[in-house]
Amino acid sequence: MGNLEKKETITLREETVTGNGLIDRRAILRSALLSAGIAAAGVGAAQADDGVGADAPEWMKTPGRPFSAYGTPSKWQEKVQRIFTIAPGRAGTGVSRTPLQLLEGTITPGGLHFERHHNGVPDIDPGQHELFIHGMVKRPLAFSLDSLMRYPMETRIHFVECAGNSGAFSSPQPLQITAGELNGLLSCSEWTGVRLATLLAEAGVTKEAKWVIAEGADAAAMSRSIPLEKCMDDAMIALYQNGEAIRPEQGFPMRLLLPGFEGNMNVKWLRRLNVTDAPVDARDETSHYTELMPSGKARQFMFLQQAKSAILKPSFGMSMKGPGLYEISGLAWSGAGRISKVEVSADGGKTWALAALNQPILPKALTRFRLPWKWDGQPSTLISRATDETGGTQPTRASWIAQYAPGQGYHFNGIQSWSIEADGTVKNVYA
Amino acid sequence: MSTLKFACLISIGAICLLPSVCSAQGPNLGRPLTPEEIRKIDITVSTDGRGLPAGSGSVSAGAAVYAKSCQSCHGAQGAGKPQDQLTGGLGTLASGKPVKTPASYWPAATTLFDYIRRAMPITSPQSLTNDEVYAVTAYILSIDGIVPSDAVLDAKSLPRVKMPNKDGFISWWPKPPR
Repeated sequence: MGNLEKKETITLREETVTGNGLIDRRAILRSALLSAGIAAAGVGAAQADDGVGADAPEWMKTPGRPFSAYGTPSKWQEKVQRIFTIAPGRAGTGVSRTPLQLLEGTITPGGLHFERHHNGVPDIDPGQHELFIHGMVKRPLAFSLDSLMRYPMETRIHFVECAGNSGAFSSPQPLQITAGELNGLLSCSEWTGVRLATLLAEAGVTKEAKWVIAEGADAAAMSRSIPLEKCMDDAMIALYQNGEAIRPEQGFPMRLLLPGFEGNMNVKWLRRLNVTDAPVDARDETSHYTELMPSGKARQFMFLQQAKSAILKPSFGMSMKGPGLYEISGLAWSGAGRISKVEVSADGGKTWALAALNQPILPKALTRFRLPWKWDGQPSTLISRATDETGGTQPTRASWIAQYAPGQGYHFNGIQSWSIEADGTVKNVYA
Repeated sequence: MSTLKFACLISIGAICLLPSVCSAQGPNLGRPLTPEEIRKIDITVSTDGRGLPAGSGSVSAGAAVYAKSCQSCHGAQGAGKPQDQLTGGLGTLASGKPVKTPASYWPAATTLFDYIRRAMPITSPQSLTNDEVYAVTAYILSIDGIVPSDAVLDAKSLPRVKMPNKDGFISWWPKPPR
């Protein structure tokens, strides 16, 4: 055992790739093999034990609880909840966020998907709901949920991110709030549904058509103008989320899914698609989700959610338990395609190392990155920077802010940083 | 059916080199919509006025609608609180302290009509008559002098209202301008 520990220490020292203790991403695999070796040696050396019951935990000595019709998370996980800025239970307009820092992997559980509602969650009878397609089409059509169930379906994993996500980074001083409070208007699900292009082909879009006005069946009749090009590309009428019928908060019985486009355009409770030749300047594409520049002019129709990343472990609210080996872990995503690399710095941006990207790396989906870090106990600044397959990457916060008038917070994709204090606390900093 | 087959052949020829762009053939279960059904569901209003309904409303009639249905959330004369400010802020967009309101920021008057008609008042959306929506739109726009105090808005006059920030938006789709 002593020899093995010594060998491990040597391995880690050799693999350090940057300033301040970042370790080559391939070292994760090697140290895992090493641990397996140690465990195997331990099994071989184990003694037979004849006092089973006395040393067993309580839950091994009584039968467990019964089967359940629909499972719920462990009672020990009761703090893993959506993050509200207003008390849950209030209807109307607002948001709740996904607690990103308390989750792992890339798929958001249905009950923790972020919410953005404009007048509550409608209680739609799926037997009465129809999807209407009309306007510049040869055959105006209505589709019941039952009829859509007979169409060819696709299953794809995509994130949905609110265009207002991470708007807190426009605050002049860094807010000391969790990664979920900062970035949790972001979730990722496996969606199943019917490709919108199939339905538009059935309706027969006419030559002059260029835009589709989508409308929800909520009490705000939420409405957005969508380029026809996107509707004919990878747009989906999503009926299922993570294998079950789409949740009411995500649009039951059906929503528009526009992979990589700002969340608001992914109209929930989808009721109507009006095919037309021009955008309508709906409230949510003028008043909201437009970027005012210092000149007084505003950018409109910035649909694509750009390359972005956030370190979730460690992050604000956690504390480091003394010097030693830690895993840095976080999420990277881009509305333009696949993540091609995530660079991490532990010295405030002086040196960078490539993080390991967990497979599968899917287009317009969350990608989990990881990197081992040997923290020496000194104050450090952790930064991540994502790049996607189109070459899109993250600007510094300062250069992002400089593009816009004061107080603008839509479509923020600037670089984010955490400082690790000597006592192990983690703070949001503008590095 | 023959048109559909033809369209699919075109798409196979032109687009299906990229497998992700090729849509599958469906079972054609769409129920034809009648013009009467479309009339009932189509509330889209274009910036050029297409889709605006018959009816009209004056500033003075709108003041009464506003007092009854809007003021408790949006304050006297659209000054805001507890909900969004609807008026004022004109000339502030390039000032370093921008105040974005429908009056100062929204590029089209049709947006105000469309949003009120589909979503307001928040406790009873889609309860106002078309006349009331025209009237309350006229009232809100009159507060900043965007329309005169004796204005009457209807399907013809509403799209002609010149909003102060009419030319304030630069489209980023399909590409940022050069």
